[in-house]
Amino acid sequence: MTIEATFKITKKDFILDVDFSIPSKGVTAIFGPSGCGKTTLLRAIAGLEPCRGAHLKVGDMTWQKGHYCVPTHKRSLAYVFQEASLFSHLTVKGNLQYAIKRVPLSNRKVSLERAIELLGIEPLLERRADQLSGGERQRVAIARALSVSPRILLMDEPLSALDLTRKREIMPYIESLHDELDIPVIYVSHSPDEVARLSDHLVLLEKGRVTAQGETGKMLTRLDLPLAHGDDAASLIHATVAEHDDEYNLTYLDFPGGRFTVARKSLPIGFSVRLRVVARDVSLTLAHQSGTSILNIFPSTIDDILSEGRSEKVVQLNVGGVTLLSRVTHKSASLLKLQKGQLVYAQIKSIALLSDKH
Amino acid sequence: MLNESDILALIVTLKLAGLTTLILLLLGTPLAWWLSRTKWRFKFILEGVIALPLVLPPTVLGFYLLILLGPKGPLGDLMASLGIHSLAFTFSGLVIGSVFYSMPFVIQPLQNAFTAIGRRPMEVAATLGASPLDRFFTVALPLARPGFITAAVLGFAHTVGEFGVVLMIGGNIPGETQVLSIAIYDHVESLQYTQAHWLSGGLLLLSFIMLMSVYAINGQFKVGRNDH
Repeated sequence: MTIEATFKITKKDFILDVDFSIPSKGVTAIFGPSGCGKTTLLRAIAGLEPCRGAHLKVGDMTWQKGHYCVPTHKRSLAYVFQEASLFSHLTVKGNLQYAIKRVPLSNRKVSLERAIELLGIEPLLERRADQLSGGERQRVAIARALSVSPRILLMDEPLSALDLTRKREIMPYIESLHDELDIPVIYVSHSPDEVARLSDHLVLLEKGRVTAQGETGKMLTRLDLPLAHGDDAASLIHATVAEHDDEYNLTYLDFPGGRFTVARKSLPIGFSVRLRVVARDVSLTLAHQSGTSILNIFPSTIDDILSEGRSEKVVQLNVGGVTLLSRVTHKSASLLKLQKGQLVYAQIKSIALLSDKH
Repeated sequence: MLNESDILALIVTLKLAGLTTLILLLLGTPLAWWLSRTKWRFKFILEGVIALPLVLPPTVLGFYLLILLGPKGPLGDLMASLGIHSLAFTFSGLVIGSVFYSMPFVIQPLQNAFTAIGRRPMEVAATLGASPLDRFFTVALPLARPGFITAAVLGFAHTVGEFGVVLMIGGNIPGETQVLSIAIYDHVESLQYTQAHWLSGGLLLLSFIMLMSVYAINGQFKVGRNDH
């Protein structure tokens, strides 16, 4: 199942001209700088942006083709807007009921109770929208979107209006949607961190055009794309919980390139996890170091090297088929005589466990 | 105290104001909604027409309506040929005049309220599966509630206070077209100051209570934003 979209929309300050096909499962992130047309694209998918001659197919549903256009309220979708969009004349419960009342009984896959439970908004039900904090409002908005039992969930930077604390408060809820509900999500974002955490598939948008798309893990480490550059550059690694070490209180995580050692996590054996390794936290040595406190050291081959600014380089490594990025200085690169195809040891200082995904 | 004709005038006034307000709310709501949403280039022409009664002397409005509706007017002619009696100097004629006279006081608050809602709540409702009519009734109307209260009270109060239009097309028939403002004028002309005091004082109090209620209910209510 895929989502196929062709749009050409002329706005005052830019033209959105896209033609792409993405998998209609998991989370697809649409990533790009402000003003690149991300929101316009999402609105077009929802039918909120008038456009002629567009083509849009979501799974087996054709929403737009030539002059044929299904109006927004007849598209089985839900939309979470950037800023809180709760109805101010209704309570939290009223907002949720507004959504669920309009779903035919036979299509109700997500019950009101389930949505309330997933987003943890039970204590807020009787309150009005203006009595909620920004984070609470966005949680209610997500719960309301889920109560529609949509065939696709569209999210337009749902975290961008929130401070870091609120973001951390909501992130786990969004992550859990992935596992709990089998609803494809299109997630618009300009935050590399959110993209790495939440998405499986990534579409890069620049000046109204799709510049690249693919699996998020691969896209993050492609040196020809902007995500592999900058201070946030990181690699995504999928691993499974292999065993726990009771003596040192550690957990071992297996991935195709070897075995990670991390502080103990209370996760069952065989559980799939997603790890994020920041390029700055990966250093290189020519020989396997023994006198070091670093536990995560993997033999790897250099696939590519690119200069990053005047003093640093990004090194793309291959660790048993998994791509890893490393940031080193020009000086280190020339001292170690780094070159493509060379065998080096990647020492990983820290690993972030992102989420518990399959 | 009030004599019989004063009480009749009070009843005519309240009936006229009530009916006018009702008609204006029914016709004005779709018109105000359309004005708040349309991108039509020439909408300013219509807005200008609607605002005219704000600046026009009521006698001018009444004069043209008299010409239009009177037995010799184009509409009067048409109606006469259909066997309908001329509307001039009837209660119905008065209602038509008042609808024009109080139009901006109802339409402008409604239009402002609808504009203030913005597009977002309607878009949200659409993504939640609400059809255009459904979202108009379940989102736009409830959110525009302060505008409706303002529109209803202003329309009513303004009609109660009308004089010039009534004089021109209504005349002064007790029980039919004699309203309070005209009754007051009559009393003053015939030097019945006590009667005039009673009616004027009553009208003053009524108007004040109505406006005060609007302020109390709406909190952020603004009479003069686009009105005067």
